[in-house]
Formats: sequence, C-alpha cells, structure tokens
Amino acid sequence: MSKPAAFDIPYTRFLDPEGRAIVPVPAFAQDASALIPDYRAMVLTRTYDAKAIALQRTGRLGTYASCLGQEAVSVGFGSVMQPGDVLLPTYREPGAQLLHGVTLVEMFLCWGGDERGHDFAGPREDFPVCIPVATQAPHATGVALAFKLRGEARAVVCCFGDGATSKGDIYEALNLAGVWQLPVLFMITNNQWAISVPREAQTATATLAQKAFAAGIPAEQVDGNDLIAMRHAAGQALEKARAGGGPHVIEALTYRLGDHTTADDATRYRDDESVSRHWKEEPIARLRRYLADAGVWSKGDEEALIAACAKEVDAAAETYLATPPEPPEAMFDHLYATLPPSLAKQRAALIEEAAALIAEAKGNG
Amino acid sequence: MAEVTLVEAVNMALAKAMADDAEVLVFGEDVGLDGGVFRSTDGLLARFGAARVMDTPLAEGLIAGVAVGLAAQGFKPVAEIQFMGFIYPALDQIVSHASRMRNRTRGRLTCPMVMRAPFGGGIRAPEHHSESTEAMFAHIPGLRVVIPSSPSHAYGLLLASIRDPDPVIFLEPKRIYRAVREEVADDGRALPLDSCFTLREGGDVTLVTWGAMTMETLAAAETLADEGIGAEVIDVATLKPLDMDQILTSVQKTGRCVIVHEAALSGGWGAEIAARLAEEGLLSLLAPVQRVTGYDTVMPLLRLEQWYMPSEGRIVAAARRALEYA
Repeated sequence: MSKPAAFDIPYTRFLDPEGRAIVPVPAFAQDASALIPDYRAMVLTRTYDAKAIALQRTGRLGTYASCLGQEAVSVGFGSVMQPGDVLLPTYREPGAQLLHGVTLVEMFLCWGGDERGHDFAGPREDFPVCIPVATQAPHATGVALAFKLRGEARAVVCCFGDGATSKGDIYEALNLAGVWQLPVLFMITNNQWAISVPREAQTATATLAQKAFAAGIPAEQVDGNDLIAMRHAAGQALEKARAGGGPHVIEALTYRLGDHTTADDATRYRDDESVSRHWKEEPIARLRRYLADAGVWSKGDEEALIAACAKEVDAAAETYLATPPEPPEAMFDHLYATLPPSLAKQRAALIEEAAALIAEAKGNG
Repeated sequence: MAEVTLVEAVNMALAKAMADDAEVLVFGEDVGLDGGVFRSTDGLLARFGAARVMDTPLAEGLIAGVAVGLAAQGFKPVAEIQFMGFIYPALDQIVSHASRMRNRTRGRLTCPMVMRAPFGGGIRAPEHHSESTEAMFAHIPGLRVVIPSSPSHAYGLLLASIRDPDPVIFLEPKRIYRAVREEVADDGRALPLDSCFTLREGGDVTLVTWGAMTMETLAAAETLADEGIGAEVIDVATLKPLDMDQILTSVQKTGRCVIVHEAALSGGWGAEIAARLAEEGLLSLLAPVQRVTGYDTVMPLLRLEQWYMPSEGRIVAAARRALEYA
C-alpha cells in the first residue's frame, strides 16, 4: 500500500504555566527585557477589557465581547506585524489592534455603537472587527491577492475562532490561499468555546490546525497562553508570507475565561471548576513570572504599570464618553459616495423630525 | 461602428474598462480560457493576461468576498456569478459586507465592485438557471442594482457600473443576450445610473419594466398603438436607487400604469413602484396600478416556463383593463 500524503502538526510551547522555560527560548526572547513591551501590551489589553465590561454594566457601552485570558494570542501576533501588514480581526483581538495602531478611544467608540470607531486614524487599511463569523476570511484572501498582484512584500493576518472553522467560508478562503499561494496568516484562536458549544462538539478532527491540510497549507499548534511561542510562530509565518512563501495556519490553544459577551451567562453551560483550572494557565501571570525570575521585572514595575494602564484607559474612556454622537442624518452620509436624490428626501425628513423632537424636548425641559 | 449583441456589448465594455483602467480585474468561474459560459469574457485573458482575468475555484461566496477584499485595496473587481440561481452563497458577502463597508468605516474602506450575473428565464435551461430575484438585492441599502435591456444599454451601463465608486449588482437578461443586434460605438461613453430610460413615448398609459421584459412590453405598446392607444414605455434600468421622478412624471401625463416583471408578484420590485405611486402619485392615477408578473410559484422547468413568464398578450390585456376606468 502506498502513502500518497502524510501530514505533521508541530506544537510549540516555551513557557510552562509556571513561567519556566522548558526548552531554550528563541533569540528574540533571550534578553527577557525585550519582552517587556509585549507584557505591557497584554496588561493594557486586560485593563481595557475590564473597563469595557464595567462601562457596559453601568449602561455606558453596548454589548461587549471580552478577550479575558486570550491576551497572549493577539499581542503575540500583533507584536510581529509590520505597519504595512493588514489585520482582519474578530471581536477578541484588541491586543493586536492596539499594537497595529488602533486607539483605545476608537475601540470604545466601536463598542459604544459609533461607526467613527471603525474609521481608524492609524492603520487605514485594517478591517474593522468582523461580527458575522468567518465572513472576513474571503476578504483576507482578496487583500492578500492585492498585495501579490502589486508585488508588495506585505502580509495579511486573518483572525477567527474555533467555531468559525466549521463554516464553509474558512475552507473556501484557505483553499484559495493555498492554490494561489497568497500571503495570509490564518490565525485560529481556539478558546474552546463557540458561545455555549465546546470545541469537541464542533468537529471530530483531533486539531483545528489540520483543516489547513485540506487546502495544501502548512499548519501548526501553539500554546496560545505562551507569549513567546505565539510571537515565535507568528513571526516566522509572517516573514514567510512577506517573502512570497505562501499562507500558513496557526491554531493557538487558549481559553475564554469570560462570558461570550456581556449578554451571555456562561454558568448556564460550563462549571466554575473548569474555568478555575484554566485560570492557572492564563498568559499574563505566566509571562510575569518569567520576567520576574529573569530579574527584569519587580513588584514596583508591576504597580507602576497597572497605574499607568488604568490612567491611559480611563482617559480614553473619558474621551469616548465626552464624544457626542453624530447627527442623526450621518446614517445617510456614508451609504454611497454621493447621496442619490431618492435618499435626499428621506434624509431631509429625518433632519426635520429630529429638529422637531429636539425642540419639543427643550420646550419640556 | 459594429453591430453587436447584448452579450458582445458586455464583452466590449469589459475590455474597454480594462484597457482604460489597470485596476479593473475580471474573475469568476470559467471566465478565463473558456471566456465565460455565455462568452461574455471571451478574449479578455489573451488580451489582458492571467493577472487580470482569473478563473477562481468554484465558490460563489468566496468570489464575492475576494471582491470585497480587493475593492478595499483600491482595485475595481468585476466578478462574474455564472447564473443568478447560484448567487445565493454570495448573498451573505453582498448584504453583510459589500453594501456596508463604506458606511461601517465612515468612508475609510469602500467597495467599488461589480457583481455580474445572467438572470431570467426563457432559455430552456435546467432548474436554478432561470431566476429573477432582483428584488432581494434592490431591498438592500448601499447597493445599486442595474439591469440593461439592449446592447447599447449593456455597454453604457456596465461602463458606468465599473466606474461607480460603490457596489453594483449588474444583472444581464440572458434571454436577450443574442436576441437583437445594435450598432454600439466602442467610445467608452457611459450611460447614467440611477435614471430610467423612456424607450417609447405615449400619452395614454405608462408601461414600466426592465431587462428582457422590455421586448414583450415594446411589442405590447406596438399592438396598443394599432388600436390607437399611446403607450409610454419606461425601462427602469437602475432598480436601486430608484428614479421614481421619471415614472411619476409619466403617470402624471397618462394617469395609468402597468408594471411588468418576470419575477414573482409578491414583494417583487413592482410592489415598491406601485407603493410609491400610491404615496406620491395617487391623485394622478385614473385607474388602479396593474402588475403583470411571474406567479407566486417556483419558476417552472422548461416545459411550463412560457406559462409563467409575462407575455405580450397579458401586458396588452392589463393596459386595456387600466383604460377601462374612465
């Protein structure tokens, strides 16, 4: 019997849950202090996340999807993205968005229900958070095709989760990226839950990474709670993509420590014990221990960082809260490049109605 | 000037757009060497090369999503869906992303794409090859839905659609792909979008239609003329956004309106036009608006399809009904 094809899935972890290096770390991590910016980004991400939940709970933000426990994934690949690369995020990658130049104010505006939060001043080509699961994957191949057609040494990072791998969009995009050798990193964040459906109920495959093989793309698994492993794997994949080496799939193994969103109650479908167990593997404490053991991070550094992050996030939240909404007619103003005459009538009617209501409210006040 | 068919005019417009603008890309299923199953992309691969004329894997949702990605990067993708009956996997991308990207990002990322698809019945094709579901797209804010009715309109409207900075669903009436030849100058001149075309003037009744049904409607107008009835024929051409002003102006003159489309009656785009006539033109109307459409049934297979599609006779009868009201 012949064997027409065989596949391997490497798994990468440098730091164990206690923050000890179990194998020699890659060159970029040999000076532990070089990891401090990533550590700061992870703490800033978690601070932002907690603030967003607090704002939602007090009625000052819309429904919010927390990334608690997944900070090493998006900071890991975000820290090796270059300015020319393009990010197509889901709703749990604020770490990468921040590192790629999206501001905290823009992210608060986005979850606060203001489209201006998607008009990033920094990364003008990055896509906004994609809400319909997996639909961003074909866009990623389109952006990557643009890079390839122009002969640009740029790469695309396409984010999606474990649930998304069940959707056809992902296979269609992987398949195209494989057959046309497009510069895309498909970044699967396997946080074990698609709202209430656990990873094992999603697919019979042993890994999610292996789905890449059906499209002719190399794939690997990474400990997604190990910042060093994430940065190492994503860095190599992006360098390869920029150099014309084609697409790559990374499955980052992590755990969604929070609810799906602020509208969810995860206690309906999972017990506290399993969540507590995963808290022991969370990424921030792990990297902090590594930095402390290496002698580059002190208790004082930690306290100063927490205070600095709180100050930065609070200031951004204040700016967001102080930003008045757009006028009602803004809903018309970006629908088409030029407003069609038929819509001009509806726009005028809205302005009139809004003015009357505002005048009435002032009269009553 | 060459006499060309509608499908040849599509081909001419694609070639002209590609020659004029290096950002225009054509892709879809079998559009390369095969030149498209209807030959609308014939010769483009040889002329413009494989980097601009691309056969994609067989996945309509992907084709639409790739177009969204390319468009966000500044390309002008012209994607072909082989038949409208296969466009539904692409609907998610069109509705969820193509139509919204400009608004969602406040103009930062835009979607200047065209999605072409042959549509409509009457070519004795298998199931799913005879769809007329243009109203589904016309319902979606942010889209343009454009339907040519002749070779010259196909050329001018497709050029306009490709040059338009927003997404356009360009539906080609395949029953009349080769029905008539018309002189079309390959001069790169576009026709206006968002505007109806008056194909025939008349003072007694307004016949409103689009696509292949312009043939039956113009024939009905001719028959009515023999009876001394002046029928004005309006080709809507851009269904969304709808140029209601031209239709209202005509109905103010005639007082009577017959709307003709191949798609099913309920929730068809004729329903929107009739509602707008009721809202904005009621006092001009001398008779109830008549609709001549497909039935609220599944489009039958080829043995029965001629019973489904509006005929000249049904249009003439509807016009006469409208004229019965004094």
